[in-house]
Amino acid sequence: MHDSTELAVSARNISRYFGDLKAVDEVNLRIEKGTVYGFLGPNGSGKSTTIRMLCGLLIPSSGTIEVMGLKVPQQVDRLRAAIGYMTQRFSLYTDLTIRENLRFIASIYGLNRTAANARIDELLVTYNLSERAAQLAGTLSGGQKQRLALAAAVMHKPKMLFLDEPTSAVDPENRRDFWENLFDLSAAGTTILVSTHLMDEAERCHRLAILSAGRIVADGIPHELTAELSGQTLGITTPRPRRLRDVLLEQGAVRSAAQVGNQLRVLVEAGSNNAINAIRDIMQAHDLSGEVAAVAPNLEDVFVVSTSQSQRQ
Amino acid sequence: MKSLHRILAVLYKELLQLGRDRLTFGMIIGIPLMQMLLFGFAINTDIRNLQAAYVDLSNTSASRQLVAEIQASQIVGFNTILSSSEQLQQGIRSGDINIGVYIPADFERRLQQPDRALAQVLVNGSDPTVVSVANQIAMFPFESRTGSVVSLAPRPIEVRVFYNPERRSSIFIVPGLIGVILTFTMILFTAVAIVRERERGNLELLITTPVANLELMVGKVVPYVIIGLIQTSIILVLGKWLFGLPIRGDLFDFYIAALAFIAASLTLGLMISTVTKSQFQAMQMTMFVLLPSILLSGFMFPFEGMPWAAQWIAETLPLTHFIRLSRGILLRGAELLELWDQLLILIGFAILALAIATRRFSKQLD
Repeated sequence: MHDSTELAVSARNISRYFGDLKAVDEVNLRIEKGTVYGFLGPNGSGKSTTIRMLCGLLIPSSGTIEVMGLKVPQQVDRLRAAIGYMTQRFSLYTDLTIRENLRFIASIYGLNRTAANARIDELLVTYNLSERAAQLAGTLSGGQKQRLALAAAVMHKPKMLFLDEPTSAVDPENRRDFWENLFDLSAAGTTILVSTHLMDEAERCHRLAILSAGRIVADGIPHELTAELSGQTLGITTPRPRRLRDVLLEQGAVRSAAQVGNQLRVLVEAGSNNAINAIRDIMQAHDLSGEVAAVAPNLEDVFVVSTSQSQRQ
Repeated sequence: MKSLHRILAVLYKELLQLGRDRLTFGMIIGIPLMQMLLFGFAINTDIRNLQAAYVDLSNTSASRQLVAEIQASQIVGFNTILSSSEQLQQGIRSGDINIGVYIPADFERRLQQPDRALAQVLVNGSDPTVVSVANQIAMFPFESRTGSVVSLAPRPIEVRVFYNPERRSSIFIVPGLIGVILTFTMILFTAVAIVRERERGNLELLITTPVANLELMVGKVVPYVIIGLIQTSIILVLGKWLFGLPIRGDLFDFYIAALAFIAASLTLGLMISTVTKSQFQAMQMTMFVLLPSILLSGFMFPFEGMPWAAQWIAETLPLTHFIRLSRGILLRGAELLELWDQLLILIGFAILALAIATRRFSKQLD
């Protein structure tokens, strides 16, 4: 492979069974170095299992994985120094202070005392934890815990960072700051793989893979993914959105209809000609009034389309 | 070198956490203290003042002297005087008395006939401890005023009791108690220590770091070795101070034996932690090991009296071997070299358990 040096992650046909359950199903993955790559999918779609396989925590039932040029799981001992992993759950010690936690992680990665202290001070400033350095980790807020976890994950300056739903317990403001931190790391050359079930987070990624039932059902650059759906999303302002929704969902060409405030957001099949007029006709036939207009598709639409496609297959 | 660095990191972290966990810290001191007092004072096989009655058909000065001397031994307390052996039997059946002394009418004549029993002791045999007390009475040397020394029953064989001539049970219990307490605390602490890391999710983070399984195990276990030695010392000091425990052997030998036993218990705890999923399960498993240890190891009942199947199980328990070492060194003044096979078994057990734990642990996230 001539381009393997440009790839941080290259996975071919990886699958993983838990008993009879196929948690990950023939996933192929190529992540270029320096990108922020997103995994979008509902709970149980195989995001965590895939990440764990890439880190060498789980052994794939079949398929091959290469991360930072190292074979996983064969070369996982060397890989550990090159990657950082932030677990879904807060996994540092709640009965140690911030500084004690970081010092522990630093010694685990073999930093000597002076190097460790310098690095810890640097991280405390970067992640805005200096004032709380002597506070027990268990008493921190969700946002602080998560910044601490990120600080611990990047202690040894890994080239690749795996983040498993890092923002699940964090308020929106802290989430925004967190993503700024991620882009700082990315700008410094770190490759980041982050899983999420939040659309706004997924939109921020350089590239994105949508997972459903253990398979990648769509992948690409977020705005290109949404662009492919242009003409398929409509917004209908109507006084009786619930009734209209029931009517529309009976139509074969309507993929989904979801209420957003007073509006009904409707997604129609690709290739539906003149969907606006068709819907107006249906509304008239059912004696329903309202304004129909095309709206810009978003990632949620992409998600709905790609996951419903995978279920039909 | 790097490996040592990581072990020290885990060790330091473990000590920090331990220092912050006041309840556990209290248990480290509290468990040996409480068990020591419980076993030392409450569980006592030196029985005093058993309810007793006597029948004196002879009613001579010699027979009254016998009754007075038995009374003075404090083993039994005569609270009733009856008039026939039937009444004695009825008293035992109704539970009013445990022991009855029957002095026949020809007591004086029997004193002159060494081949005949002087008197009869009736015993409530449903409690084995009472029987052994009754035997003490039977061995009672009786010097009548006529000058001849006889025992209540003809006893052609003399028995000499070594090492614990006063037969105080606390002295016998303390060396074993050290092992029981260590079994309980060492297994429980380590079993819970690893399971807790898994329950709280710490383990998921640790296995993505360069820390190796063996390093993690060693780092987690070493602080408990220190705790185990502290507990051993507490019990030794208390045993000596409260119960006059003799330390006849070399103290250094004893600590070597204790160290081997602590290692065996800790690695057993690690093994438990790799098969259990929660702290609660770890505690149940600890009880599962603790109970046979207490009952079969010889701590409570003599090893030799158990059926071979029980002996066989007992041989697989570290406590059995430690109790032999502990009693040997402390009570009989044996040297460690004389008991080398027991020490070797403990060390072998520790190595085997550590190997199994490390192997099982590596497969955990799968």
